[in-house]
Amino acid sequence: MTTTELSKVCLQVRRDIINMTANAGSGHPGGSLSCVELMTSVFFNHMRVDPGNPKWEDRDRFVLSKGHAAPCYYAVLAAKGFFSRDEYANFRQLHGILQGHPDAKKVPGVDASTGSLGQGVSIAVGMALGAKHLGKDTKVFVLAGDGESQEGQIWEAYMAAAHYQLDNLTVMIDNNGLQIDGTNDEVMSLGDLPAKLRAFGFEVFELADGHDLDAIEAALSATVVGKPKAILAHTVKGKGVSFMENQVGWHGKAPNEEQRAQALEELEG
Amino acid sequence: MSEKKATRQAYGEALIELVEKNDKVVVLDADLANATQTCKLAKAHPEKFYNCGIAEGNMMDIGAGLSTMGLIPFCSTFAMFAAGRAYEQIRNSIAYPHFNVKICATHAGVSVGEDGGSHQCIEDIALMRVIPGMTVICPADANEAKAAVNAIAELDGPVYLRLARLATPVFEGDMIKPFTIGKANVLREGKDVALFATGLMVNEALEAARLLEADGMDAAVINVHTIKPIDAECVTRYAEKCGKVVTIEEHSVIGGLGDAVADVLMGKVNCRFRKIGVNDRFGQSGKAADVLREYGLTADQIAEAVKKV
Repeated sequence: MTTTELSKVCLQVRRDIINMTANAGSGHPGGSLSCVELMTSVFFNHMRVDPGNPKWEDRDRFVLSKGHAAPCYYAVLAAKGFFSRDEYANFRQLHGILQGHPDAKKVPGVDASTGSLGQGVSIAVGMALGAKHLGKDTKVFVLAGDGESQEGQIWEAYMAAAHYQLDNLTVMIDNNGLQIDGTNDEVMSLGDLPAKLRAFGFEVFELADGHDLDAIEAALSATVVGKPKAILAHTVKGKGVSFMENQVGWHGKAPNEEQRAQALEELEG
Repeated sequence: MSEKKATRQAYGEALIELVEKNDKVVVLDADLANATQTCKLAKAHPEKFYNCGIAEGNMMDIGAGLSTMGLIPFCSTFAMFAAGRAYEQIRNSIAYPHFNVKICATHAGVSVGEDGGSHQCIEDIALMRVIPGMTVICPADANEAKAAVNAIAELDGPVYLRLARLATPVFEGDMIKPFTIGKANVLREGKDVALFATGLMVNEALEAARLLEADGMDAAVINVHTIKPIDAECVTRYAEKCGKVVTIEEHSVIGGLGDAVADVLMGKVNCRFRKIGVNDRFGQSGKAADVLREYGLTADQIAEAVKKV
């Protein structure tokens, strides 16, 4: 897809995130809006998937380690055609397939159940290792949060990714700088993330603007051999909705009707 | 019963044959390959073995990822670090999506011996049994451990396989029974009391039954190798037949085999009931035989306890 086409999808994904969370009266809009470009780019330009056959053996894999960004995930999967947008009405509702956090048993296109932070990268390492074991050319993408990097297991997974030389694995980090209780630095400083990732054996691509589709495309397209790739994307939590941008309070709060209307107005094409 | 062999040793040997007949099987360990006996497989088939280092939670989730690629990972470590350390990884990343991962935990129970209470997991059956969709198996001897390894490879879904460090008698003759997941094996018929045992306690229960016989008490001994799903039909039948039930496990009396049996019988069968296990205490260092005696888990102690029911 061209950058222009991707932008259109991103806009729709943002509108879906607002509508999904507003309809449900709960959910995580802030961290969903920050990773729209990353996830849309991966799904539309880099993953070999067949929405009509979500369990296709030779599909590429994606893991949303920061599972609370489920609204973004669901909107991208629906845009891709994995399921109908009609499912949005049941987001976070009893018997719905779109659980508060992704459930691999219920959602077509979801390969790992996530939401408990710190585990998705390990699962992706297992997928990438499995692909190597089977001699498949499967690519594996995982999207992790910055706050999530406070979980020790993230670093266990990074160690393993380098140890097994998983050059079929791309770790994307949605570095919006905020987490539930405040900024990363207030809660638990992450220090020099790019240097830490390099020290753990990654080829690191740092994106000053994690919403720049061309920059994302360049990083995703870059060839890395013999080691895993990390894309550290500096993003804006709540991106695209003025009153949500860079606001900690919009981590896990849904917009009310007035806020929904304002957000959708700002997200006109 | 002359030969003695640990169920963990049988596990290591069984893996070699298993990977030779099932090319989907891969074996993971967390730097305990010598202790869990996966070292045998690692030596025979290094291409099927992944050492994940001392990071058990990461290993379980790598197992989850491998299973989504159609592989059947056997994740091996001590019971303490599987059911304990990696509990939430097992719960959320393996069991919640019902992935086909086998969690094979050695060094369960107090018979670990010298390493002491920090390494003697007496809570694992409870922790694993409470997870929806988890199958929990605790083999009684080396042959059963081998049969269990083969059986769980054929079962699609998460399994917790509980194995022991201590070498214990290998059953012979008519004590050898076919192994079917979820089907308890009656090793000795009896009418006065039903002894339901699992793991290493099955042999102790058989010895206890012989001691009780000398006292004129006719004890049935049932090997409940699958704690979940439990063989409710067999448990019910023998509780009704004997009117007196004793459960025996090398595990806390809270949440383990005893509670699984009680869950079957409660409100259904009128009988006397007693749980024998570790009575809400931590383990401690000592020779395995001495530790088992300290916790009341030897045949003569079991026989005495049964008489008081």
